[in-house]
Amino acid sequence: MTAPPAGLPEGRPDHDAANRLKSTEAADPGNHRPILTGSDLARITARIAHQILEKTRGATDTVLLGIPTRGVPLAARLADRIAAFEGVQVPVGTLDVTLYRDDLRLQRTRAVGPTDLPPGGIDGKRVILADDVLFSGRTVRAALDALNDLGRPSQVQLAVLVDRGHRQLPIRADYVGKNLPTSLAESVRVLLREVDGADAVLLAGPSEDTAPAAGGERR
Amino acid sequence: MITHLLSAADLDRSTATLVLDTATEMATVAGREVKKLPTLRGRTVVNLFYEDSTRTRTSFEVAAKRLSADVINFSAKGSSVSKGESLKDTALTLQAMGADAVVIRHSASGAPHRLARWVDGSVVNAGDGTHEHPTQALLDAYTMRSRLGTLEGLRVAIVGDVLHSRVARSNVLLLATLGAKVTLVSPPTLLPVGVGAWPCAVSYDLDAVLGDVDVVMMLRVQRERMNDSYFPSAREYARRYGLDVARAARLPEHAIVMHPGPMNRGMEIAPEVADSARATIVEQVANGVSVRMAVLYLLLGGKS
Repeated sequence: MTAPPAGLPEGRPDHDAANRLKSTEAADPGNHRPILTGSDLARITARIAHQILEKTRGATDTVLLGIPTRGVPLAARLADRIAAFEGVQVPVGTLDVTLYRDDLRLQRTRAVGPTDLPPGGIDGKRVILADDVLFSGRTVRAALDALNDLGRPSQVQLAVLVDRGHRQLPIRADYVGKNLPTSLAESVRVLLREVDGADAVLLAGPSEDTAPAAGGERR
Repeated sequence: MITHLLSAADLDRSTATLVLDTATEMATVAGREVKKLPTLRGRTVVNLFYEDSTRTRTSFEVAAKRLSADVINFSAKGSSVSKGESLKDTALTLQAMGADAVVIRHSASGAPHRLARWVDGSVVNAGDGTHEHPTQALLDAYTMRSRLGTLEGLRVAIVGDVLHSRVARSNVLLLATLGAKVTLVSPPTLLPVGVGAWPCAVSYDLDAVLGDVDVVMMLRVQRERMNDSYFPSAREYARRYGLDVARAARLPEHAIVMHPGPMNRGMEIAPEVADSARATIVEQVANGVSVRMAVLYLLLGGKS
């Protein structure tokens, strides 16, 4: 399995938030409620892999594209599970959506991440987008726009580890690890070994971060 | 992130590296069928060119268009400038039209710095007099990094008319920031006053430097700025400071030959060398678009 260690450019909001989280976590573990543990995540990944195999009838002509940062290891893990279950090698790639976001002008400049399509491309393929948290749906909208410029998939599906609700666009996921009802004041943090050194899903209370700007991409 | 790009010295190491890394991602757009990103939709970039230029102006225009910005090309010829309008009035006019960024080339050193105080948008220096040309330095650094893998400890010789070269000054500043070792090679008459304070070494002897470099960058002899006799004859200059076939053969195997263009073939560089595999001259032009996309994105992409 190739797990591309997602590069974390400096100043990336995700990264800062993760660091902030880790430091406060040590000081005040009560503020972050663990929702899923590492073994939960392993079971969920296995289940989604099975669902993909079932729904796509063997994952033929399928490409997994991870959205940085944590969608990238997720896509690699799904491909690894699919290979383990049925011996099918699903091509894995990375799709950075920074340049397609609709909130660029609301924040300071974001660092651009890598976009790597598998050698076969995506034309005529079934593309499954992988991301850690589905929230407003704006990241997925940006991803759909990016795909449109990169080729013409026959079908696009979406796999997420956590769906926390509060959609701002008519978007839904095809494969969901866990539906997690949240309030807007809470924030969901997915930790993956490849990026964060440990596997977990945490829910942080409203006291942690200041409230997000309207339409801001906070998780 | 910075608001303007006026000098290569505006960039610290992490910002310069961010520009080069972003340019790497922008370069992938050139290989796609749809060479367009929606990132700067609704933004206006003005190309304000008081001096003739083909590649820099076109390069900025292509870069802005690939990011979906609207581009206004404004050249001094055929504009109100020929009727005597001042730089400030032109700037205020552009301001009133809502320019988000102004890319300026001017024959007067320091013109972009003045402009930056008059307009609200970002100002990008696309060459001011004999002073600076920061995006050229960035694309040169990008080219070196993509050909040779790293800039840290790279030995770079910049050869020729340093006195009139904005490319040389910007390159010395940026390459020093990024950890390369620069040697300027030039006749004494073509070195600027105060070059001793620049973060680089200086030599008068090209042959002594050639065997020990990773990059040799040839500068154009700027005949249009030569108001004095800086060297006895073009032929003597070519003999002593031109990169001919024999000299190119003495370069280390991996060394690359760069030139910011436009070239005087046969003067500072022999045609055979300019067309050889180690020359990166065409590559530099392609990289210029990626680097300028990165600069425009980093200046205009976020909250203003």
